[in-house]
Amino acid sequence: MSKEEKKVNRRDFLFTASYTIGAVGLGAVVWPLVHQMNPDKAQQALATTEVDVSQVEPGNSITVLWRGKPVFLKRRTQDEIAEARAVSMSDLPDPQKDEERVKDGKDEWLVMLGVCTHLGCVPLKDKGDYNGWFCPCHGSHYDVSGRIRKGPAPTNMEIPKYEFVDNNTIKIG
Amino acid sequence: MSDHEYTPKSKAGKWFNDRLPLLTLGAHLTDYPTPKNLNYWWTFGGILTFCLLTQIITGIVLAMHYVAHADLAFASVEHIMRDVNYGWLIRYIHSNGASMFFLAVYIHIFRSLFYGSYKSPREVIWIIGLLIYLLMMAAAFMGYVLPWGQMSFWGATVITNLFSAIPLVGESITTWLWGAYSVDNPTLNRFFSLHYLIPFLILGLVVLHIWALHVPGNNNPVGIDIKKPSKDTVPFHPYITIKDTFALLMFMIIFAGFVFFSPNVLGHSDNYIPANPLVTPAHIVPEWYLLPFYAILRSVPDKLGGVILMFGAIFILFVLPWLDTSKVRSAVFRPIYRQFYWIFVLDVLMLGYMGAMPAEGIYLVLARVGTIYYFAHFIIVMPVVGLLEKTDPIPMSISEPVLTGGADPALARKDNEKI
Repeated sequence: MSKEEKKVNRRDFLFTASYTIGAVGLGAVVWPLVHQMNPDKAQQALATTEVDVSQVEPGNSITVLWRGKPVFLKRRTQDEIAEARAVSMSDLPDPQKDEERVKDGKDEWLVMLGVCTHLGCVPLKDKGDYNGWFCPCHGSHYDVSGRIRKGPAPTNMEIPKYEFVDNNTIKIG
Repeated sequence: MSDHEYTPKSKAGKWFNDRLPLLTLGAHLTDYPTPKNLNYWWTFGGILTFCLLTQIITGIVLAMHYVAHADLAFASVEHIMRDVNYGWLIRYIHSNGASMFFLAVYIHIFRSLFYGSYKSPREVIWIIGLLIYLLMMAAAFMGYVLPWGQMSFWGATVITNLFSAIPLVGESITTWLWGAYSVDNPTLNRFFSLHYLIPFLILGLVVLHIWALHVPGNNNPVGIDIKKPSKDTVPFHPYITIKDTFALLMFMIIFAGFVFFSPNVLGHSDNYIPANPLVTPAHIVPEWYLLPFYAILRSVPDKLGGVILMFGAIFILFVLPWLDTSKVRSAVFRPIYRQFYWIFVLDVLMLGYMGAMPAEGIYLVLARVGTIYYFAHFIIVMPVVGLLEKTDPIPMSISEPVLTGGADPALARKDNEKI
């Protein structure tokens, strides 16, 4: 290295250090401004809901609001469960067994977000070509297990985190 | 920028102008040499300025009465309609004003496409204009959410969910946009804030748009470069101001027709039902001015693909100045491009119609054909026609077609002698 380059290096160091500190400072200021838009504490506090399902007859379903989104709780008949399990995996755009979408020993309960995975509309029940749900917005068809069968939606309707508190109560979230 | 030296007449004017040359700017805008052959398609710049100011003024007034809260917004809009003095008038001007704004901007854009106003040296004007157009769409979308009716809520849900198509970070971005786990009160609150901000951003871009325009000067129906000032130009005031004012009055008649006689014809009755997160309306349709893009979104049977194509339909316009290979600006002298231009206009209108229809059967097929043609127009037609087309002879100046076409030849000679 020549002497000249060394002289430049000292100034380079100051420039780099200044820019680095400046960038960190800028980032520290920008992050709160960005992060304030994420769900706040009050929104996060609404993250669980308990539902009493004792009144739901087989073949019927109820819809509850959880985190501002509808959740479908469907008590399926034995025929519907059999139908859901008879489907070949190769017919599914997003292959998933019906068994993976329900809790062990609670086969009749399908608990899922009633939100179309395309653009977030609420699908209509008992409609569509597959005896399940149909989204009126852009024409996605879901089967009796809430799996996407036809239309623009990329994935099956989402299963939220939930558990059975007792035989008649489901806690979502 | 200024084509001449300007000195204020009064002493006070000179004192002020030496410190802040606003009077020089005023003189520049007054005397700005404008092609004398501008037709009425060129009056929409002024009309658009009027639209922007109308939206800002009525919007500020509405914000004095509106409440941006999920539980109160719908009722506060009804309060504006029923209780606030002239609230109905101001709201109808604002809601129909959005449609009028888009009507004018589409005419303005298609004028630019016909006469080649986006081409060198006016690319930057074109790009700033497209940024304004993007902001207009954002403002219109957020404004439509504010009444918190069913269409507001589900329109917001569908549009914000477009971002969930982005791989990996899509879900986080959507939640961040919402400020909740669905479209909810935080979403409404921030949309109101941004809806109030965007018009002022647009106003800033309008200043840049006009500034960039005043560097090369206006394009014109013949599409040739002109010397300015020259016998091909007239001063902006009074010639263009009067013509713009006349066109604006005609425009205001149509505007008033909507406001007073069919204020809801461009809206959806579903939006007079309060937002309900449990029920999606059977038929979700965006406002008319977004329908062609909506048709493109739905024509693709893949979520991410649809979103990419929809945004691509707008972003391709940004590179248009470089896709068009023709040296000739005005379609008046481009016999082949002219025909493709009108096919393109029909294609966009057809896409708009398909966007309003359910996405099934023949509608879906036509929407797909329309989408493919939309992109083919820019990617294939524009570059290829520009290279192969034999253009018609272009006049030497604006005065030439006027003076040789039917005008008194003696006058032409006299005119030439003067030069």
